[in-house]
Amino acid sequence: MLKQLLAAVALVASSAALAASGHVVHLDKAPIDLTDKESLQRGARMYQNYCLGCHQMEYQRYSRTFRDLGIPDEVGMEQLAFTAKKVGDHIKNAAPKTDLAKWFGAAPPDLSNVARVRGPDWLYTYLRSFYVDPSRPFGVNNEVFPLVGMPHVLQELQGVPSKQHETRLVDGESKEVYVGIVTDGTGELSTEEYDRAVADLVNYLEYTGEPSKLESRSLGIKVMIFLLIFFVLAFLLKKEYWKDVH
Amino acid sequence: MFKNLMSWIEYRMPFMEKMNLHVMQYPAPKNFNFWYFFGSLAMLVLVNQILTGIWLTMNFEPSAERAFASVEYIMRDVDYGWLLRYMHSTGASAFFVVVYLHMLRGMMYGSYQKPRELLWIFGMLIFLVLMAEAFMGYLLPWGQMSFWGAQVIISIFGVIPGIGEDLTLWIRGDYVISGATLNRFFALHVIALPLVLVILVFLHIIALHEVGSNNPDGIDVKRPNDGQPVENNVSDKFTFHEYFTKGGKKIIVDAIPFHPYYTVKDIVGVVGFLLVFCGVIFFAPEGGGFLLEPPNFEPANPMKTPDHIAPVWYFTPFYAILRAVPDQLFGAIFMFLAIIFLALLPWLDRCPVRSMRYRSALHKWNLVNFCISFVVLGVLGVLPATPTYTLLAQIFSFTYFAFFGLLWLYSKNEKTKPLPVRLT
Repeated sequence: MLKQLLAAVALVASSAALAASGHVVHLDKAPIDLTDKESLQRGARMYQNYCLGCHQMEYQRYSRTFRDLGIPDEVGMEQLAFTAKKVGDHIKNAAPKTDLAKWFGAAPPDLSNVARVRGPDWLYTYLRSFYVDPSRPFGVNNEVFPLVGMPHVLQELQGVPSKQHETRLVDGESKEVYVGIVTDGTGELSTEEYDRAVADLVNYLEYTGEPSKLESRSLGIKVMIFLLIFFVLAFLLKKEYWKDVH
Repeated sequence: MFKNLMSWIEYRMPFMEKMNLHVMQYPAPKNFNFWYFFGSLAMLVLVNQILTGIWLTMNFEPSAERAFASVEYIMRDVDYGWLLRYMHSTGASAFFVVVYLHMLRGMMYGSYQKPRELLWIFGMLIFLVLMAEAFMGYLLPWGQMSFWGAQVIISIFGVIPGIGEDLTLWIRGDYVISGATLNRFFALHVIALPLVLVILVFLHIIALHEVGSNNPDGIDVKRPNDGQPVENNVSDKFTFHEYFTKGGKKIIVDAIPFHPYYTVKDIVGVVGFLLVFCGVIFFAPEGGGFLLEPPNFEPANPMKTPDHIAPVWYFTPFYAILRAVPDQLFGAIFMFLAIIFLALLPWLDRCPVRSMRYRSALHKWNLVNFCISFVVLGVLGVLPATPTYTLLAQIFSFTYFAFFGLLWLYSKNEKTKPLPVRLT
């Protein structure tokens, strides 16, 4: 117990130090659209191919995903749900958690809610900010998440990314400034295609974070219209009654 | 048939008699303004919390292993579970919004003054229980902020000399926050505190109806009947319960029956409130990270502290006072004093005039000072405690307490304006 507490204290101190060092990265706006079902379907496919090996979505079911994304159950089970037996299963992998933690230094987090924890812009920038760093165990580091334990699983799509710097004048001194990531072009996708693919994936994660969001919006509009009409009627009723008083 | 049934009931239980006393023939001053909506709105939110709470418990599992997952189950798999959860989580914040505005109304129009001291005390007790209720409810989703927020708040009790450590142990039921804490907080949140809350609200209303509602002018609508007719008295048109006229000994001036006049008016307030409330529920349930905090979508992890722990917004004014004082014990004392002083308002304010409308400019500015201090402290409580922010928190803690000190000093011989004879 004491060990746990000490570890917690050490973590607080280190994260506080990190926060104090002012590591602020500009986040790109994620070009996502929850009503774009094709984008969500592409994102789901990408998730199944590149993410699910390590990251589960233990709160999200295939059946719900298929329904919301407009995928027939049979098609989804055949093309997307590799490990699931039933359509009502949660989106889980078969990887043993303790082994994963050993391999990567920390257990890969569940991603059901990741878009609500980090925000879509963070995810969109993060997945496009890996760069080659031979000092790291997997040979890559991340500009948004320094010392990240995750390998660059999308490298076959993006190519080998490296940091690009520019000499700029900052406060009267010329300094090397980070301006972004360039790849060596060995990836399957061009930079634009890669950005689009990441956006699809982030769109999907945004969906799984809050599957009720679209339903909530459409119901919300109806409720607001009802309330506006009710408000007018209630106001007129009040005026009518209060004639006695004024 | 219906009439027979009603008289059958009436003979055995005075239902219509009580309805007349408290609703249909209850005299309410005719000049209630915008600020008088928040009492009925607080009732509405209480009912919302109880009803949505009941339905949430049908699927929530109060254990450290299952709490987070069961909330996600409600959000994803239960039909309209997301709506129930958002109504409940938004309702918690809405409760504090309406209660804070309700309290401010009381301060503006001197509603705590004689003879409404006990009414005010019941209100303060409701506020205290509400804070406990909200705090315990916030642990239940078992997210990161639930866990670490509770850790911070429970540790406040640890600064009490002698018994502090044992007290925190007793509250948690464990050496750290654990499933044992979650279970007892669940029990308190869903039955013990709501029960107390409902009883206190009942007493609050009984006390209100005994002394009658105050109003923006702060003058009485019931006065001794000296037999002189009162001109243009709207109350003449209506029948009021004889309990309020004391068999003709009192005359009611410028008051109207609560029903239908204030029931129809409150419906307008309710719908106006629902427009905002539903706007948040359906379009911004996270409230920019203030109603549902991003780290709380991650399950509680005792090994990983969030970068920045802040209590939910409605606690932050008091949290800022706690942090502003360098010594932990005195910080906790000042935090509790911030609430105690509010409860003591009926005795700190020695002015015979109730409403700020007829009080000195100094009093109005002092109220402005209170509002600014409270809001600024609330903002500071959200922010990390940098040296600048801590200095600001100290300054505004001082001005917060200065409100009460100044009020006590100037209110005894305050230069007030003459009170109107009738409601304006």
